[in-house]
Amino acid sequence: MEAETPSEGLITPSPSPSSSSSSIKRRCLCPVQKTLFRRKTSRENVIFKTLLDRFIPNRSAMDFDYAHYMLTEGRKVEENPKSTETYTSPSKQAYRKVLAETFNMNRSRILAFKNKAPTPVDLFPTGYLSADTATTTSDLQKPVKPRRSIPQSSERTLDAPDILDDFYLNLLDWGSSNVLSIALGNTIYLWDASNGAASELVTIDDEDGPVTSVRWAPDGRHIAVGLNNSDVQLWDSTSERKLRTLKGIHQMRVGSLDWNNHILTTGGMDGQINNNDVRVRSHLIGTYRGHHQEVCGLKWSDSGQQLASGGNDNLVHIWDRSSCNSQTAQWLHRLENHTAAVKALAWCPFQANLLASGGGGGDQCVKFWNTHTGALLNSIDTGSQVCALLWNKNERELLSAHGFSQNQLTLWKYPAMSKLAKLRGHTSRVLFMAQSPDGCTVASAAGDETLRFWNVFGTPATTKPAQKKTPEPFAHFSRIR
Amino acid sequence: MASRTATKDIITLRGSAAIVSEFFGYAANSILYNRGVYPEESFAKVKKYGLPMLLTQDEGVKGFISNLNSQLSEWLEAGKLQRVVLVIMSKATGEVLERWNFSIETDNEVVEKGVSREKSDKEIMREIQAIMRQIASSITYLPCLDEPCVFDVLAYTDKDVAVPFTWIESDPKLIANPQMVKLHSFDTKIHKVDTLVSYKYDDEDE
Repeated sequence: MEAETPSEGLITPSPSPSSSSSSIKRRCLCPVQKTLFRRKTSRENVIFKTLLDRFIPNRSAMDFDYAHYMLTEGRKVEENPKSTETYTSPSKQAYRKVLAETFNMNRSRILAFKNKAPTPVDLFPTGYLSADTATTTSDLQKPVKPRRSIPQSSERTLDAPDILDDFYLNLLDWGSSNVLSIALGNTIYLWDASNGAASELVTIDDEDGPVTSVRWAPDGRHIAVGLNNSDVQLWDSTSERKLRTLKGIHQMRVGSLDWNNHILTTGGMDGQINNNDVRVRSHLIGTYRGHHQEVCGLKWSDSGQQLASGGNDNLVHIWDRSSCNSQTAQWLHRLENHTAAVKALAWCPFQANLLASGGGGGDQCVKFWNTHTGALLNSIDTGSQVCALLWNKNERELLSAHGFSQNQLTLWKYPAMSKLAKLRGHTSRVLFMAQSPDGCTVASAAGDETLRFWNVFGTPATTKPAQKKTPEPFAHFSRIR
Repeated sequence: MASRTATKDIITLRGSAAIVSEFFGYAANSILYNRGVYPEESFAKVKKYGLPMLLTQDEGVKGFISNLNSQLSEWLEAGKLQRVVLVIMSKATGEVLERWNFSIETDNEVVEKGVSREKSDKEIMREIQAIMRQIASSITYLPCLDEPCVFDVLAYTDKDVAVPFTWIESDPKLIANPQMVKLHSFDTKIHKVDTLVSYKYDDEDE
């Protein structure tokens, strides 16, 4: 290294001088560098460096080894107290530093551990991890429920020939023993959902029929049958035997039935609602008078304390259980907001005193009521006749069955009432709906003479943890007494 | 000279390397905690640099960082370490989202001649504290990491360093068109550490 000053010689530079000097010789091929090199031999080292700063001719002509050597040498000179003369301004120093850093990029090895740090998911369940990014504490408490996929088509379709296309009747029910009953014309068929076996329970005589309503008793064994001739029959489904006939309680056909333990409540075309104690000989124990047209919807609440009735007179009445055996019972509430016949009635399974009711073709609304106060909570125009309503027992969802124009089932999120799904398949209005005992499957019968099964409310496996959530931790503190 | 050693704090290469590698350990923990790479509940609070610092209690991560630290101090003592980069990547795509860049300048005279320098512990501590505060406050301007992330550490060493058995050569894992924020630096008079965070520039926000 010809150009070495004695002061530089004291310091051992990291790249070996011999390799640098050989690279300098190679550099001589470049005319600019050649000039520089000559200057370096004739002038002071520091001046040379200053010039080098000004000369970054082009990248391809740069030799990083050489540049690095010069730069690191330069720093040593500065730090060396013997060459105290400071020729370089702070900005130049900074520039040199940046330059050195850039060169270092090409002079360093980038190393990483072979064994990587454990990924977060290996250590913690994914639910935890997603909670980690969540900011609010409420998000942390409840893990995000996976979205349930709702099949858009029916799981199974059965023929239902000769089913009466009559809005005011109730011809489909699903008992607690997992047997479905459907009335087709004069005949009642039983279909066992657990094994798919179908059987005929009874065919009513032509002069008495057709069947206008069927309803399983809570035990899942006995079945009440309402007839066109105003009679009501009780059948034992296991022995396929008629137990008794309730005569003379109505003047006209019996289109709606519901059970409250041993009390069978019947609604007739005559506008009367009768309570019958089926255990005793004189079964008629009370009458609810309020409707002046056909009663087509009858539903006892889950607690058995209130009865909701809907009629062709566009009225919904709420009746109290305690007055069921009096002859002059007065309704608890008369709800007059619907503008068409009300057949669809459904008591909310997770909120006491909440009733959903759906109006017919002239109304098309689903309305929510507080049956304790009689207040209208919400009303949604569905755009179509509402023939039936069912609550999901496991989620806060409501299913509605519709007529013209799409003949669809619509799944609603409650209380937001956003549409979660539209299930199409029926080609005529969906008149009747029934829910399986496990609450997951819904059967619908329509005027197109088909019975379809929809797996709309999820599978039992996923619903179990949701049921666990229902007891609120501080429920007993918040009771107002 | 003897009277001066009594009053001034002498710092040796070994001591400086220990301070710097310890700093990396705490800084890495702090970044992993503040950026939510690992769940909050896997960290425990300790007092360090006059600040409450969070250290991971996860054995895997702990082991990774302590292995890293022992290797880093070895390189620091040899003056071979140029830069340490903590890279945060998306777990799903592997895309680099953040690079925490610690460049190290080593005083070669100390490495070569074994001399020592003078700087008080307190002063160094204060400088480190400022960086730690900046790391903790960085969440206010860094983009949200709203997906599961993993991290890696890159060490930039001199070319003449033999690759240790447990290490492999890596690409720099650069971010294209990054935003950069320079944080404070600290200097032990032997090792000078400059901190810089670069992150993916999200022009959708503009």
